[in-house]
Amino acid sequence: MENTISPLCKIEVFAPINVASLSIALLLLLPALAAIFRRRQSALVAACSALIGFSSLLSIIAGVWTVSSHITGRLVLPIGLPDLPFHLRLDPLSGFFLFVVGLLSFFVSVYSAGYMRGIAAHRPVTRLVSFYGLFVAGMFMVVLADDALFFLVSWEVMAAASYFLVMFEDEKAVNRRAAFLYMVIAHVGAIAILLSFGVMAGIASGFESFNGYTFDAMRQAKFPLEWATVAFLLSFFGFAAKAGVVPLHVWLPEAHPVAPSNISALMSGVMLKTAIYGIVRITFDILKVFPWWWGAIVLVLGLVSAVMGVLYALMQHDLKRLLAYHSVENIGIILIGIGLAMIFTSFNLSVLAALALIAGLYHTLNHAMFKGLLFMGAGAVLHATGERNMEEMGGLIHQMPWTAALFLVGCISISALPPFNGFVSEWLTFQAFLLSPSLPSSLIRLLVPLGAALLALTGALAAACFVKAFGVTFLGHWRGHGRPHVHEADWFMRAGMLMAAVTCLLLGIFPTMVVEWLDIIPGQLLGATISTSAGAAGWMWLTPIAPERASYSGLVVLFGFIMIFAAAYFILHIKAGKIQRVPVWDCGFEKMTARMQYNATSFSMPIRRIFGFLFNIGEHKRLSPQSAHPAFPAKMHYYLRVRDRFWNWLYMPVTKTSFWFSRGIGNLQRGRIQTYLIYSFITIIILLVFVR
Amino acid sequence: MSLQVAAQINSFLAAIVLLTAFAMLMQRRVYGLIHLFTWQGLFLSINTAIVGYVANRHHLYISSILTLSLKVILLPYILHMLIIKLKIHKEVETVVNSSFTMFIGIALVIFSYYLTAPVTELSTSITRSTLAVALATVMIGLLMMITRRHAVTQIIGFLAMENGLFFAATSATYGMPLVVELGVALDVLIAAFIFGIFFFHIHTTFDSLDVDQMARLKEGD
Repeated sequence: MENTISPLCKIEVFAPINVASLSIALLLLLPALAAIFRRRQSALVAACSALIGFSSLLSIIAGVWTVSSHITGRLVLPIGLPDLPFHLRLDPLSGFFLFVVGLLSFFVSVYSAGYMRGIAAHRPVTRLVSFYGLFVAGMFMVVLADDALFFLVSWEVMAAASYFLVMFEDEKAVNRRAAFLYMVIAHVGAIAILLSFGVMAGIASGFESFNGYTFDAMRQAKFPLEWATVAFLLSFFGFAAKAGVVPLHVWLPEAHPVAPSNISALMSGVMLKTAIYGIVRITFDILKVFPWWWGAIVLVLGLVSAVMGVLYALMQHDLKRLLAYHSVENIGIILIGIGLAMIFTSFNLSVLAALALIAGLYHTLNHAMFKGLLFMGAGAVLHATGERNMEEMGGLIHQMPWTAALFLVGCISISALPPFNGFVSEWLTFQAFLLSPSLPSSLIRLLVPLGAALLALTGALAAACFVKAFGVTFLGHWRGHGRPHVHEADWFMRAGMLMAAVTCLLLGIFPTMVVEWLDIIPGQLLGATISTSAGAAGWMWLTPIAPERASYSGLVVLFGFIMIFAAAYFILHIKAGKIQRVPVWDCGFEKMTARMQYNATSFSMPIRRIFGFLFNIGEHKRLSPQSAHPAFPAKMHYYLRVRDRFWNWLYMPVTKTSFWFSRGIGNLQRGRIQTYLIYSFITIIILLVFVR
Repeated sequence: MSLQVAAQINSFLAAIVLLTAFAMLMQRRVYGLIHLFTWQGLFLSINTAIVGYVANRHHLYISSILTLSLKVILLPYILHMLIIKLKIHKEVETVVNSSFTMFIGIALVIFSYYLTAPVTELSTSITRSTLAVALATVMIGLLMMITRRHAVTQIIGFLAMENGLFFAATSATYGMPLVVELGVALDVLIAAFIFGIFFFHIHTTFDSLDVDQMARLKEGD
C-alpha cells in the first residue's frame, strides 16, 4: 500500500499534504493577528474563530481525502537544522488523526466565537487567542511529522502552548500549580520520547550518522529485540504521560478544569489523542515486530486506567474534574483496543488485530466528539452560572434547555448506550475481546476475558457517573445559596455543541460506513482488513466478524427508541392538563429546602463504600458547638475528602527524593569563598596524585 | 662562582622563601603580612638573578628586575596605601587552629617532594631540587586563602601563590619566555588594582572586609 503514491501527487499543488500545510501556516499567522488586533478584542475573537475554523476545515478536507483515496503524500521543508530538514508525510493514519483533530477543532472554533466573547468581556484574550492558534497548529504538525526532529518540535509547541493556555487565568495560585504539574509531567514524558527516538535513530543509522532521524530510515531498520523493547518502553512511557494513563494521570484532573472550557475540550478531546497516534505510529509502523507481552502491558494499563478513571470520576463533584477523569477512562478504553491489536499482531492474527485496532481508532474519534461536546457543555454551564461545583447547581434544564439536551446526548454517548457513538466502539472492543479464544497462549486466553469483565464494569460505572453528572447539574432544584441570573448559551456555543452532538449520533447510526472508511489504516499497518466481513450484511448492519455471530444496526435501534419515546409522549400528553406542577410532597416535614436534595456526594456514596479501599478517604462529622444537647443538633458539619492514592504511593516519594537530592546538591553552594577554595584545592591535590 | 656554590645558594634562598611562606601562614597582623610578602619577593628576585647568572640566561635579569620593582616595591606600596586608607593596618586577624594549619602545610611540603621526585630524577638543571619548594609555596598560598577570612589576607595569599608559580618556572625551566613573564607581571599589577577597587566597595557595602559577610549575598533557601 506504501507504493500507491502516484507520482502525480508529488507535483500537484492541490494535494492533501499541501492543503494540510496551508492550514498549519494559517494557524501560525494567528499570533501576529492577535498582535495587530490587540486593541479590538471582539474583532480579535471573531477573526480567531474564523481563522481556526477555516484551517480546521482545510485539515478535515486533507484528512478525509487522504483516508478515502488511500494516498500518501510527502513533503520536505527546507527548514530545521542544517542538513536535517523537516519531513512531512500524510498517510491514512495521519489523515485519520488530522481529521479527528480538525473536526473537533472546527466545532470548538464555532463554540469559541461565543465563549471567548464572554471571556473578552472581562479580561483581554490576546494571549488566549495566540496560544490557541499555536496549540491547534502544534497538534496538526505532530500528526504530519515524519522525522524525529520535527515530531519533537511540534510536540513541544503543542505542550508549551497548552501550558500557557492552562495558565490563562494566572492570578489564581491553583492554576499556576496545575500548569506547573502539567509542564513537569509533559516534560518527563517528552524526555522519554526523545530518548526513544534516539535509540531508534541510532539503530537505524548504525550510530554513525544523523540520517536515522527520519521515520523512513527507522521503518527500514531491523531492530534487535532488546533495543526495540527499550525504544518501545520509553516511547510508551512518554506517550502515556501525555495521554494520562494511570498512574501518570494526575495532571489531567488538575489542568483540565482550570483551562478555559474551549481549550479543555480540545485538550481532552484531541490533544490526548496525539499520544495515541504516537503509540500506534511507533509500534505498528516503525517497530512492526514485537512480542506479545508489549501488548499485554498496554492492555493491562488500559484496563487499570479505564476502571480507576471512572471510579475517581464518580467521586468528583467538580463538573470539569469529573470529565477530566473520564478522559483517563476513555484513554484506557482506546488503549485496550490497541493493546488487543498488538497481542493479535504478535500472534499473526492480523484480521483480528485489524478489528481491535479499528475499535481503538473508532473510540478515538468518538471520544473526541463526545468529550468535546461534554466539555463545551460544561463550559456553557460554567459561563452561565460561574460555578464548577455540582453541589451548588441544579435545575438548570429550565434555564438552559439547549445545553441540557446537548449535554444529555454527550452523557448517553460516553455511557456507551445505543444508538449513539460510544456504544459502537465499545461494542467493537468487546467483539475483539470475545475473539481471544483464538489466541494460542492459554495464559492470555484465561486473562483476557477478565479484561472484558472489567470493561463491562467500566461501562456501567460510567453510566452511573453520568446519571449523577446530568441529574445533579440539570435536574432537581438549584442547590446553591442565592440564585445567580442564569442564561442560556448563545447561538455560536449552541451551534458548536449541536454539530458535535449530531456527529455523535451519525457516528452511532452509520458505523458500517465509518468502519469501512477506516479499514485502510489496518490495511496499511497490518496488511489485513475487515471490510469484507464488516459490511457483509449491507450498509445498515455492522457485522465485525460474521453476520451470524454478532450484528448491530444503529438505525434500527434509533428507530426503536423513537417509537418508544413517541409512544410515551403520546400517552402522557394526549390529554392536556394531565401533567400538573405542584409542590413536592414533603412527608409532613415542613421545612423542606433545596439543600436537602439528593446531591453528587450522596449519589456516589454506595460506590464509595464498595470501592473505598482504592481511595484515600478522609471523612468525619462534627456537631456544631452551639447545640445544647447532642440529641438536638443545631447544625451538623460533614467533611469529606477523597484523594488519589497515587499521590502518596508514587508522587510523594518521587518529590521527596528529588527535593532531598537537590538540597544535598545545594549544600555544596555555601556562599563562602573558603569553601569554594577548598573544592579547588582538593581537586588540584587529587589531580596531582593521579597525574603523577 | 662555581655551580656547586650556586646550587647551595639557590637551595638556601628556596628554604627562605618557604620559610616566609610558612610565616605568612601564621602571621596574624595585616601589616606584618605585607612585610613578609615583600621579603619573599626580594628573595625571589635575588634567586632569579643568580639563576640567570649561573645558567647564562640573560632575560632572567629582566625578570629579576621586574620582580623587584613589582613585588618588592609597587605591590607592597599599593597594599600599604590600601590598608592605611581603609584604616585596617592595626587589625589583628584570628587564625583558627593554627597548629593544625601548620601540620597541613608540612604535609603539603612532603607531598610536593613526593610529587616532584620523578621530575628531579630526570632533570639536569642546577635548580631541580627547588622545584618541590616552589610547588609547596603555591599550595601553601592556596591554603592561606582557605584558612583566612580577611579579604586583604586572601589577596596576599593569592599573590604568594603567584610567587610560587614564578619560582617554579625559574627552577624547572630557567624561567618562562620573556613575553609570557611580562604578560603575567601586567596581569598581577592589574589584578592588584582591581582588588583595591573591590576592597573599597566591599568595605563600604559590608563595613568590613571579612569575606564571611559575603555569604549573605547567597540566596536564602
